[in-house]
Amino acid sequence: MQILMILLLAAVLICALCVAFTKNLLAAAVVFMTQSLALSVVWLLLESPDLGITEAAVGAGVDSLLLFATLKRIRAIDSDARENRKREEEQDGTRS
Amino acid sequence: MARVRDDMGDTRWGRLQRWLREGDDSLDRAMIAVWDESAEPEPEPVFTVPPARPEQKKKNQKHTAKLEKLLRVFSVIAAVLLCVGIIGILLHTTALLPSFGREDNPVHNEVPRRYIEKGMNEDTGAVNIVAGMILDYRAFDTLGESNVLFVAVCTVMILLRLQAGDPDERLGSDTRDRLIEPHSDPILQVIARVLIPLILIFGAYVILNGHISPGGGFSGGAIMGAALILHMLAFGEKQTARFFSYRTYRAVSVCALGFYALAKAYSFFTGANHLPSIITIGTPGRIFSAGLIPYLNIAVGLVVCCTMYALFSLFRKGEL
Repeated sequence: MQILMILLLAAVLICALCVAFTKNLLAAAVVFMTQSLALSVVWLLLESPDLGITEAAVGAGVDSLLLFATLKRIRAIDSDARENRKREEEQDGTRS
Repeated sequence: MARVRDDMGDTRWGRLQRWLREGDDSLDRAMIAVWDESAEPEPEPVFTVPPARPEQKKKNQKHTAKLEKLLRVFSVIAAVLLCVGIIGILLHTTALLPSFGREDNPVHNEVPRRYIEKGMNEDTGAVNIVAGMILDYRAFDTLGESNVLFVAVCTVMILLRLQAGDPDERLGSDTRDRLIEPHSDPILQVIARVLIPLILIFGAYVILNGHISPGGGFSGGAIMGAALILHMLAFGEKQTARFFSYRTYRAVSVCALGFYALAKAYSFFTGANHLPSIITIGTPGRIFSAGLIPYLNIAVGLVVCCTMYALFSLFRKGEL
């Protein structure tokens, strides 16, 4: 149990750092979702299942959906895809 | 005397005296002149910057570049120092906290003892102490939370809702998404057809058992809201709008919040005045027990469910 706890806490910490340092907003949202999921299991292990359920439903579920909708709204997803395409095209151009 | 007056003639004091004595309008004229000057647009200053010599220019550029670099390094160092300082202060404060779960911690006073010892059997009748706390002892907090959600949806509606006559060009790709429903996956639809009833039933279970097992209105409502969002993503908003529209949202939210406020008003009124209340706590452990808590859970769950769906819908397509 202790090992599982340590692993989960490490996952939470790593995910939080990743969210802070990721440039891609969509990836940051997905990692944030993962962090919420790990955190909900941590709540379960800390014997507060109320918080665990709420964290899983709100943090991992609805919150990330709202983040996706917002990213769509501010056109971050589209621009990311466009940038990636541009980069790939540039790479293709340098290769050929 | 006259000589003195002549001496003072041009000073401010002299002008003031003259103005007081004989109604001289020179001060007025001066003020009018000042007024006119300020009213007129000032003529463009015709300074000409002497052209710097090339080596001096280069020197200046080098100087500014050096300064910029210095400033950047300084800002980075300052940011790091600030962060480390705040982290140090917070860690120091955390180290000073009493350790977790000790008997003589200051949180272990008569309030949690009362909640734990008398909460289930005498006061609330809820087996889940947390539900008893947030919906009975601290019911005002939960009312505030539900209202916060309602206000959040209202704000989003003010900011993002599209009116019927709004010009469509304003929004570009959003409008495209709104008008042309993206054709969704058959796989998603099949999975959603299986999952949505299960999610809804689980959410209803979490809400209705909120006073017996872990869970409650907020988490159950979020689960049910997720089911509604999945329905909209899989089958399109036209299908969802058949049973959930703006009018549904308005009716459900207002009714639930009003019921919550009225029920708690009744229970506070009778409780504070030591009047006999028709609400009994029942047998702890049954579904129909714990006084008002299951009904308040249902109200909170409905508000949260509608709020989650409304927020997502407003963000996605600007209407409900």
